[in-house]
Amino acid sequence: MEIIHLLFLGLAALAVVAAFNVILQRNPIYSAIGLIVVLCCLAALFLTLHAQFIAAIQIIVYAGAIMVLFVFVIMLLNVREEESRGDRQKYLKWIAGPLFIALLAEIAAVLRLVDTPAPAIANPNQIADPSTSLGTVESIAHGMFTDYVLPFEATSVLILMAIVGAMYLARRGSQAEMDRIEKALGGQGEAEPSTADDHVAV
Amino acid sequence: MVPLSWYLALSAVLFTIGVVGVVIQRNVIVLFMCVELMLNAVNLTLVAFSRFLGDLNGQLFVFIVMAVAAAEAAVGLAIIISLFRNRETLNVDEADLLKL
Amino acid sequence: MSSVLNSIDLPYILGALIKIALFWVFIMITVAYMVYAERRVLAVIQNRLGPNRVGWQGLLQPFADLIKFIFKEDIIPLSVNRALYLLAPVVVLVPAMMVLIVYPFGPSSVPLPGGETLSNIVNTFGNSLGFDWALDLRRINLYVTNFNVGLLYVFALTSLGVYGIVIAGWASNSKYSLLGGLRSSAQMISYELALSLSLVAILIPAGSLDLIKIVENQGGTWFGFIPRWNILALFPAGLIAFGVYLISAIAETNRVPFDLPEAETELVAGFHTEYSALKFALFFMAEYVNMTTVSVLAATVFLGGWQGPLVGTYPWLGFIWFIGKVFFFLFLYIWLRGTLPRFRYDQLMNFGWKILLPVALVNIVLAAVIGILFL
Repeated sequence: MEIIHLLFLGLAALAVVAAFNVILQRNPIYSAIGLIVVLCCLAALFLTLHAQFIAAIQIIVYAGAIMVLFVFVIMLLNVREEESRGDRQKYLKWIAGPLFIALLAEIAAVLRLVDTPAPAIANPNQIADPSTSLGTVESIAHGMFTDYVLPFEATSVLILMAIVGAMYLARRGSQAEMDRIEKALGGQGEAEPSTADDHVAV
Repeated sequence: MVPLSWYLALSAVLFTIGVVGVVIQRNVIVLFMCVELMLNAVNLTLVAFSRFLGDLNGQLFVFIVMAVAAAEAAVGLAIIISLFRNRETLNVDEADLLKL
Repeated sequence: MSSVLNSIDLPYILGALIKIALFWVFIMITVAYMVYAERRVLAVIQNRLGPNRVGWQGLLQPFADLIKFIFKEDIIPLSVNRALYLLAPVVVLVPAMMVLIVYPFGPSSVPLPGGETLSNIVNTFGNSLGFDWALDLRRINLYVTNFNVGLLYVFALTSLGVYGIVIAGWASNSKYSLLGGLRSSAQMISYELALSLSLVAILIPAGSLDLIKIVENQGGTWFGFIPRWNILALFPAGLIAFGVYLISAIAETNRVPFDLPEAETELVAGFHTEYSALKFALFFMAEYVNMTTVSVLAATVFLGGWQGPLVGTYPWLGFIWFIGKVFFFLFLYIWLRGTLPRFRYDQLMNFGWKILLPVALVNIVLAAVIGILFL
């Protein structure tokens, strides 16, 4: 048992607890914070796997941009805690329990077969050419712009599509559209067009 | 050296928690967060295998997965916002008819 | 248990911890005296005296402020979300301080005066405890560590600092705080993009993401007297990148002229309205530590870090050059605060997205073209 095993167990336990937090909390803000903790634990685990660039990108992109977007949307839509859910099919959990145990046993049986010794990775600070060491920025750049240049360009087109799509979907509709929605919801008399808009105005 | 099976076990557990979340959650934003949790579990598997096989392709693929997840999050949240505008609710159980 | 202890590289970890402690003390003193310097310099600009009573010329003022903050009444409003309210200052301050392990304070392999006696003391101490040490402390590195992805590490931690502000604004359960928090964090993430893209343009001549290597690549001179600093590399792409970086850094740290979200005349006090005493002091400290971080980045990436005349013969002089450059940027912050009015929020966001971001993007292309033609 080395320090790296203790580190892994600590991070894994924190990640699992935070993941349970994501699904079991009533308040969506606490779920978002749980997911941020999971992302940071995973970034630390990526560092133990010699994936420095991926760890940094995980924090910058996932924890620093995507989750900020989630938190903004939760705050702007003013999402409150939900009322308790009724359990409609109570007998299902008696089937789910044993199936879960069976699945765990299968996973445990399979995972014992994959333990092979891992190749040694050079320390990028001590060799002359960092692009030969696994996980450094230079090596990922080399792979990205030679073998994976087509997926890279396709990804940039994808992100452009996402920008255009998000801007179109989240725009305010015209007055006619707002009136139609208001009527369909069984409008509250002389209400202003779609009070839901107030939540999204900053 | 932490064995590969430990990383795979953690990834399986996180993925399962994500699936359970998608099935039982009724708030559409938290449901979306559970989908992101599943994507992250898969990222962990890819990076673990990349390390233990000495192959960089796993990490390159993770990069692409992250970019796709970012694009998907942006569009998904825009859809959620317009869903909220039209139906005034974030409960997926109440969004069961195409007509408002 | 002993196998756990044997698997830790104890000399390295202890050395790193001692260096972190020393550098942290240095940063804390810088932050404390930056508050004092701001008040005195603003006073000079505004034609009045600043604080000059406590100690000679007011130099003990930061300690007086600290004592005042500790003894102030700690008010927690009833309707706040307690867990998040107490967590927010921590989330702002800890990532800001974690950056200091990549600061390149000086050259590597600097001769340490008294290194031989120190090595002997430490080695005998370690051998008496049963370890097998053979440390050589005659030369030390004047930085804590060098990451292969040092610059990305800095970006990652500044991205995490946004959460503290958002959570503080939301948890305070007050409309001023929520609006201030959302505006402030929206401004920070918008200008983070321009910041990162301006640094991408300068990575072409810099050649590495490792801050230590970036500084080392800026040694030497062109034509014998122009220092090979990145701000002058790939002329004029380096200058444009420097301009974009400086403006986005000021917006990123919520300072004048981009400080609408926390201006007293606009939103009471923005996201830290409901905070008092020590928690407010933590927010305050985090803002100054962020200012120090972006100043260190500017000094390192653009102005050559610890490079300067005579560093080859006197390596400790590198530390002095580094401090001088960082203090120049901090003085620039204070100077701007005394001189410029503030932007309105929509002007600010307009400027960030529609002017600064395209300029940074075009600058990357310009730098690449010039780099291919001349490098």
